[in-house]
This record gives sequence, structure tokens and C-alpha cells, in this order.
Amino acid sequence: MTATENPTYTWVGTRPIRHDGYDKVVGKARFAADLDLPGQLHTAYLRSPHPHARILSIDTDAAAAMPGVRAVVTGADFPDLDPMNPNFDVSVNVMARDVVLYNGHAIAAVAASTRAEARSAAAAIDVEYELLPAILSLDESTADDAPLVNENNITRFVESDGPSNLATVNVNERGDVEAAFADADLVVEREFETAWVHQGYIEPHACVVDVGPDGRADIWASSQGHFMVRAVTAAVLGWEPSRIKVTPAEIGGGFGGKTTIYLEPVAARLSEKSGRPVKSVMSRDEVLRATGPAPAAKVRVKIGATSDGDLTAIEGWLGYAVGSANDFAGLVGAMSVASYKFPNLKLEAIGALTNTPKTAAYRAPSAPHAAFAVESVIDEIAQQLDLDPIEIRLRNAVVEGDPTAMGMPHPRIGFVECLEAIRDSEHYRSPVPEGAARGIGTGFWFNIGEQSSATVNVNEDGTATVITGSPDIGGSRASMALMAAEELGIDVYRITPVVAGTETVGFTDITEGSRATFATGMAVVNACRELVEDLKARAATILGVEAEAVDWVDGEAVADGKDPLPLAAIAAKAKSTGGPLTETASLNAGGAGPSFAVHCCDLAVDEETGHVEILRYTTAQDAGTAIHPSYVEGQMQGGTAQGIGWALNEEYVYDDEGAMQNAGFLDYRIPVASDLPMIDTIIVEVPNPAHPYGVRGVGETGIVPPMATIANAITRATSVRMTSLPMSPPKILERLGER
Amino acid sequence: MKYAAPTTVDDARSLLADNPGSRVFAGATDLVPQFRGGRPSPPLLVDLKHIDRLMSLTHEDGQWTVGAALPTSQLTGNAGFTAAFPGLAEAAGLIGSDQIQNRSSLGGNLANASPAADSVPALLVNGAQAVVATADGTRTVPARDIATGPGQTSLAEGEFIIEFTLADPPAGTGEAYLRMIPRSEMDIAIVGAAVRLTVDGAAVTDARVVLGAVAPTAVSVPDAEAALTGAALTDGGLDDATLAAIADAASTVCNPIDDKRGTIAYRRQVAGVLAKRAAAIAAERARNGA
Amino acid sequence: MSRTHVTCTVNGDEVDFLAADDTSLLDALREELGLTGAKEGCGTGDCGACSILLDGRLNCSCLVFAPEAEGRDIVTVEGLADGDHLHPLQQAFLEGAALQCGVCTPGFLVAAKALLDENPDPTETEIRYGLAGNLCRCTGYDKIVRAVQEAAVQLNGAGK
Repeated sequence: MTATENPTYTWVGTRPIRHDGYDKVVGKARFAADLDLPGQLHTAYLRSPHPHARILSIDTDAAAAMPGVRAVVTGADFPDLDPMNPNFDVSVNVMARDVVLYNGHAIAAVAASTRAEARSAAAAIDVEYELLPAILSLDESTADDAPLVNENNITRFVESDGPSNLATVNVNERGDVEAAFADADLVVEREFETAWVHQGYIEPHACVVDVGPDGRADIWASSQGHFMVRAVTAAVLGWEPSRIKVTPAEIGGGFGGKTTIYLEPVAARLSEKSGRPVKSVMSRDEVLRATGPAPAAKVRVKIGATSDGDLTAIEGWLGYAVGSANDFAGLVGAMSVASYKFPNLKLEAIGALTNTPKTAAYRAPSAPHAAFAVESVIDEIAQQLDLDPIEIRLRNAVVEGDPTAMGMPHPRIGFVECLEAIRDSEHYRSPVPEGAARGIGTGFWFNIGEQSSATVNVNEDGTATVITGSPDIGGSRASMALMAAEELGIDVYRITPVVAGTETVGFTDITEGSRATFATGMAVVNACRELVEDLKARAATILGVEAEAVDWVDGEAVADGKDPLPLAAIAAKAKSTGGPLTETASLNAGGAGPSFAVHCCDLAVDEETGHVEILRYTTAQDAGTAIHPSYVEGQMQGGTAQGIGWALNEEYVYDDEGAMQNAGFLDYRIPVASDLPMIDTIIVEVPNPAHPYGVRGVGETGIVPPMATIANAITRATSVRMTSLPMSPPKILERLGER
Repeated sequence: MKYAAPTTVDDARSLLADNPGSRVFAGATDLVPQFRGGRPSPPLLVDLKHIDRLMSLTHEDGQWTVGAALPTSQLTGNAGFTAAFPGLAEAAGLIGSDQIQNRSSLGGNLANASPAADSVPALLVNGAQAVVATADGTRTVPARDIATGPGQTSLAEGEFIIEFTLADPPAGTGEAYLRMIPRSEMDIAIVGAAVRLTVDGAAVTDARVVLGAVAPTAVSVPDAEAALTGAALTDGGLDDATLAAIADAASTVCNPIDDKRGTIAYRRQVAGVLAKRAAAIAAERARNGA
Repeated sequence: MSRTHVTCTVNGDEVDFLAADDTSLLDALREELGLTGAKEGCGTGDCGACSILLDGRLNCSCLVFAPEAEGRDIVTVEGLADGDHLHPLQQAFLEGAALQCGVCTPGFLVAAKALLDENPDPTETEIRYGLAGNLCRCTGYDKIVRAVQEAAVQLNGAGK
């Protein structure tokens, strides 16, 4: 399967109204919190007020006796998994056992007839703690003789001699950086830091769980992967996965934060104990205190260059504060550094534990931290060498065959094309407005493939139903329908794309890593192609010709000397030609193509208050092939907006006790409409040769470039280099005062 | 928690007397987050929005009377009021989103006693008086005497604000309110500054400067007022020395805290910037109104 | 637990329900009346996902106590369409891809309706500030703002 350059498609690349759109604009779409079952109970959690403590005792008797209370669970209600079990950390995160690892960690949960009753009962649970020393920053975690954050943590990817605060250590090296720095005409080295930030999905985590008397569980949940919900819930409960049926609800945003679970096993145990369905919905405060965030980080980067602007060496240390349990940020972080050829490279990335919430994936996980540092230093080199910021990047940009940070060669990629797209854009060619400054930044993400299944049914009226197991977090159903329309040759509105549950579609991995349109889309295409072969065979029977004599053109079987036979006509004769028309395809997709992006931003800094106003923003990103361009643009714009929030205002603020001071949308400040200008998009299409339509996932990359883009513009506006995120007004004003 | 919606001040007074620990509310934009944050619920919530007097806006005999529960959207939507008090209207209009504007009120903004309340500095520079329902009648006090500290007021149990009175500003008066927030909307002020100036010919004859979010309550800046009083006003506005003196005085009077919204150093510095800028706008408006 | 009987008009229909006095109108709409279009994103008036019109004025229904609805006229996202005929805002959101996950969409539609009712021909800046009380984490607001602009054109054209 190879994508052709510059193909002409009938449906791919068009912008139909998404199939699930009507329900969403009339208020009919069912998100997990919109479902109610008769007799259901509501939950409330007791959460730790301490960042690190041993639980000496939990007394739930008073709570259990309160009005409306039907069940109470604590860590004792869940099996203890082996620490090497891949679901060990989640099982502990879902409900603390004998130690609480962060302020907000779940200690007990109550199911009662009303939320108010559940809340009252949770507040009546009595816990005795022995306080333990708490680690609340990367520096504290990596200090000599630092107390352990989590006594069950073993460092991954290196030899380990017992529990440690290091989650991961990952080193990549090529060439000789020391010699290269010695030979360089210019060496710039800086240290950067970034804060914990939350994915900020508007829909809090929610599920409804009904465990029947037969011990089987029905779960309706909002997640990025219901097969994941099934597997992890089963693991935490000590059940076989097949005891659980998960039906995906509409998901109200995830961005990586819903690639794991928090509520489902607890709700299942409460349902089991009470014999009632249990509905569990987090408050916003709980979402911020106990789910999500992306790691905070420190990144030191040293880059050497020739006076012509050739980047000769990079040395980097990336430290990610990953929260209370293991996370692969440190592994991925190092991979995400190098968009440039760098003949000499030495990168060490670590993840270090802190007594803060267990971190979760957030759009291109750990790449934004790295890109903020690398893209800032490259811009500084460009300034010092008086080079155009795009020209220096073009000069050093990786192309097909150049090694990644880990050494293996890049496949066909579109970084140069994205740089050229911005260079040639009206925005970049226009003069910088009076009183403003312009910044450039870039980023990329590898993307992933993984396992997907799809079933395509042709219905008796000649329409088709496309069934996949990928939760739709940004319009992927429309993309599935477009690819199926292209393959089958029928109108996209005659296709119904469906996201089916764990018992109605084949196994499908999480919607993450920008894989749904790529990998699940490929499964859809494969199923459609098999279906077309079947349709041709049926047509041959109906027309009385050899199967080889039939072609499939624009939704019709065509054979010399015969009237064309449309899909609907074949469908109507399905019974007499062999039975139902249905095909299923499944795969473990390889060849996910990296997606690069280049951003350009004009902004103004109020030098008396430190306030930054974003005036104009343009993003160019390689989508391979845009199946539904509107939703490709939407991914680019949404990722950019999140990156702007990360750059300017978003951060977790902890007090000395590890309590989050801004656990709400009032003070966890995600961008509002009036903070942003229009975000202009340039979709670059360098088809991914590994996908039948050339798709590259586009969801991740958009969040990577904005921090450096904005920092670089601030430097050009004020001559001050901001190295700490967020670049909030107080921080900017402080730095301006140092000039 | 029970709910009651009295239609007269007397009924509200009785409900509060009969149910100790009750809370009055208009928009509940502060109360609901407090309850969700774990603050104990009162036995009774008394909704003041059904009392006509608390929902009215009138202008009679040189005086504006603003019902304490009147949604700020109705205040900012009144052309006469916004013309008379452009700074107060701006400040009231900054309290939250359009959604919040249909709930928030001057009475709630003041009685909640947040140091950062946007409308309070603007109320104070205009010399607003608060008419307070007491156990057996009413009393009228300067609005500046209501809030005594974060979350603390001089209102006794069972007392509530009925309305505010504001005298028509003298001819040649201009006022302005500016605040600093990290985003463009939806935040609580890190610093707020209200300035009201009255000019006669080419000189400032009366000046009032009040800052928000930089001390336990909104705070006046007497040194800035002194620097402004008598200051010359030309086509170019206030001179640089006067503006610098205002900024200095404002920064000096601050007694701020470090918190999730801003640092002490930041609040001090920006208080001066905003006081200066608000003074410049007020001066311009005063000249245009003179 | 004692509950109060509340009678009001929702999307043109007279309805009644029982609710505890400290129930939010949002919860009453969702749980007593089954109107789950309005969402709880924060419960503190900071995200706008629960936006409704109360006597024609935009409100966060999470900040309104259910008994306050007595005798009032309420419009939710479920009441924007005229039968099968979508409101121009709904149509513009669909055609302009102004939604991704869709959880904030009901609040945006209601807020945008309130905005255009008040100001039929808003500037981009007025739209952005008018919708600042509604958080969207998916779209970056670009397509939402454009959809409101498009709906304004449609509505103004229809009125002429």
C-alpha cells in the first residue's frame, strides 16, 4: 500500500458535516455523565490532605451508618498486585493502600443514594496518618539522600539496585560532542524549566458501572480507549477482562489524559458491594488534584554552531518530574529533541518521582518541554549569528534518511516543506507590526500505529456502516466515513460511522499518539477493499460474467456490455448471492509517519505589566494527507491554543504541604476566546508512504512549538530571554526589571 | 439548606432573625464555589432578588440609587449610569463573564469582602453610601466601612445591604478603573486601581485614588490624591512628574501578599502603573466632561 | 429529605419538578427533567458548559439554585432548534466544524445565541469577549468565532 503523490480523490480531502455533529449541537450526544440507570447510587471520595503519609488506620463505620449510604470501599477492597505488574501503579493510584503518595490521592469512596449523602459520609471517614517527608520538586527528588517518594519504584531501562526516585534513565549519544564544542564558532548553553500543566479537558472523568448478580460488569465510560478500560479495570479488581463489557460514551476531551483510568474499578467494587448501579463523576477540583498533569521539567541544552549556522553538536539533560509513580516521559523526552542533523549528540533524560499526582500523557508527551529548550537556544544562535530564524532551521533540518536522536533513520518527512510554507507565507513575508515582535518555533512527534479493528457492513438499502473501536476525540468518525466513501465509491452521507463497545468490535488500542485516522483508518480501508472484492464477485454472479471481468468504479460494478450495477442493487440481492455483505479487518499498524510543524507568532509585550498579547499566529503542519481538512485544522489550532496556555499562564501552584492552590478553572488559567487571535493554518501534505491515503497523525504535534515560538518573540520584543514557563506577567516583569 | 425568596425588606429581616446563621445572596457566584470548596452550608439561603428595592436603579434629585442585588449587566446596560460613572460601570462590567454579569451585583461584590473585588475601588472613589438593613431599621454608612478584611465585614448577623447611593459627580469629573489580570477575561484582579478626578479649568481640584487586591481591603492612596490635587492639566494630560508621583505613592501604600495570583513585588510595581494609567484616563474624561 | 415543588417553563413547555433547595438548576435540568444538554465542567461558573437562558438572560445554571427557577422561562440547548429546523448557529457550528469533542458545544451555542440576541452584528473582538465565559479546550476558538460570525450573517440576512 503506497500513497501516490498528488492524487485526486472524490471524498478524501472534502469537508462534510461530521456524522455525529447533529447530536452534539442539539444536546442529544451522550457523554458518560449523561447516562442514568434506575436505582443508581452516587459516589464521593475521601482524598488525602497530605502529600506523603502512611495510613495507620481507616475507620469507615460512622460513614457506613449514615443516611443513604450503601457501600464504602478502601484500599483493602482491592487485591495487591505485584509491583512488577504493568498495572501496579494504576492500581495504587486508583485507591491508596497503606501509603498516600500525593495530596488528592484517593483513600476511600462511598456510594450513597444522593451525591450530598455520599459527600457527607466521605467526610465522616476517620483516617489516622503518620506523616512522611514529601518531595515536591525535581531538585528535591534527585538530591543526594533524598527520601523515597514511592518505595515500590524501580528505575527502568538501567540496572537497578533497589527502590529509587528515578523512574527512567535514558541516554542517547553519537559522535563526540566535546570535540565539536571545542571546534564550534559559537556555543550557547541555557537551562529551562517548565511547570506541571493539566490537559484541561472540559468533561470531568465519569462512568456508570453496573455489576450484576452473575458478577459481570457493564461499564459506560468516557475514555480514549474502552479496551484499555476493560483491561485495566479487570487488572485492578483481579478479574478476567471478559467479565467486563465497556460501552464507550462520547468523550469530552482527553488529550492523553484519558488514556488511563481512575474511577471504574472503584465504582465496580461499590456496585458489587451494594448490588446497585453506581455513577461516579469527578468534580473539577478532583480532576485537577488527582488526574492528569503533564510533568514539570528542567532542561539544560548546549548547542554548538559554525559561524555559517551549521549546528554541529547538542548536549542535553532533560529531567521530568513525573509525579508519584512511573511514567515514560524521560524515555520519550530524549527522542523528541532532535529535529536537526546534529552530527554530534549526547542526551540524557530522566524521569524523577515527586509526591504529586501521577502524571499522564498530554499531547506529544514530553516533547513540548524539550522543544521549548532546543528551539529557544537555536533562536538565540540565529540572533547571535544574525541569521534568519527560518534559514538556520532549513539549513539544519532533518530530511528522509537523517538519523533520529536514537539513531534510526527518519522516513519520508515534511519538516523542510513546513519551514518553507511559513517562510513563504503572507504572515512571515509581511512586516512585523509596530510595537510587536515575531517568533518562530518548530516541533514534531513520532506518532504511533498499534492495533485496530474495523468492520464494514453493507446494509440492504445500499448504505454502509463502518464500525471501529477508536473513541472519537476530534472528528475521527468523519475521517473513517470519508475513507470508506472513497473506497466504496458511495456518498459519505450514506455511510454511518460507529464507535462500538468491547463486545461488538475487535480489539482496538487506545486513541493516542495520533493513531486513529492512521491505524484504524487503515483497518477501515482494508475492510472496504475486501468488501469491494466481494461486491465484484456478487456482481459477476448477478450479471453472469466472470469475476475478473468486473471493475468497481464510483460505487458501481462495471463490466463490458452490461449496465452498471450500483452498490444498492447488489445489496438488495445479497441473500441470493451469498448472504450478508460484511468484512472485518484488523492489524497492528506500522509506519506511522512523524508530523512536523512550524509556528509563527506576532505578539506585543506590555513592558510595564509584563502582559503578553498574541496578535497573530500561523501554523504550518504536515498532515501527510488531510482526510477531513477542517478537523486537521482543528487539531492544529487546538494544540496551538493549549501550547499558548502552557507558554503564558498555565501552572500548578502548590503550597508547602503539596496542596494545589489553584484547583479550578478560575485560577488554573486555560486560554479563553479573548486571549487568542484567529489561528491561521497551512496544511502541508507530504504523504506518508506507509498509509493507503498517506495519512500522518496530526493530533500531537501542534502543542510542541508554541512555547519557544512565544519565548522567541518575547526575546525579540524585549531583549530578555525567558527560560521559565509559564511566562506569566509577574515572571516577565521580574526579568524586565533585571535588564 | 433551605431557600427563601422574600419580597420585602421586612420579610427578609424576619427570616434572618428567625434563622440564625442564614446567608443572604443575590447571584451566589461566590457562595456556590465556597460551598463546593467545603464551607459549611447555612440553614437558610435568603434570595434578595425578589425585593424590588434591591433590584432597582433610579436617578432622582442629583442622586443615583443602585439596588444591592441588581445584576451588574443591568447597571452597565443603563446609558445614564454609565455616562455618569464610566469607571464604576467599567469595573462592574469586569466582574466575570456575561454569564456572571447576569448574577453579580454591587452588593454581593462588596459584602463578599474579597480584597480583589473589581467594583469596590470604583465605588469608593465615588463616595458611595451603603444603606444597610439592620435588625429593626436601616442605617447608612460609607461603603468604605463595610469590608474590614478578607471575607470580613462590619455587617452584623442578620444585616444586609439594601442599596447604594451615589451623588451626581460634579461637573468636570472623570473616573476610571483598570485592573491587571493574566488573561484577558475571567480572572480575579491581581491589582485594581480606581481614580476619580474633578478639574476646574486647567487644574485638578479633587482627586480620589483607591487600589484593590493589594491590601486586606481596598485602600486609598492619600499621597497620590495629594499629588493630583492642584496638578496642572494640559492638552497633553497630566505631566510626567505627577504621574510618577502617583505611581510611587500607589506602590508605597500597598500591603500585598504573595499568592497563586501574583507576588508582592509584582503587585507593588503594577499598582503604580495602573494608578498612573487610570489617572491619565480619568483626567482625559474629566477634561472632556468639563 | 424535603424537596420543593418548582414550576417553570423550559424550552416552551410548562414543566414541574421536585428538588432539594440546595440543588443547582443544572442538576435539576439534567436529573429531574432529563435535559442533559447542559454539562457540568466546573460547577463554579468558570467554564460556561452549563449555560442556559433564564428569562432570556445568559446564566451558568450551576450557580442558580433550583427553587430560583419558579415561574421563570428557561431555554437550554435542546430548545434552540425549531423542530427539525436547526438554529442558524447550530447549522454554522456543524458546517464550520466548530466542535471537536462537543462537550462545551451546548454552552457555546446558548451563549452565542444570547450574544447575537443582544448584538446582532458583533465584531470579532466582541464575539471573543462575549464568549470568554465559555471554555473550549479542543478548537482554539478559531472555528467557533467564525461560526458565530457566519450565523450572524445568516440571521441578519433572514431578517431583511
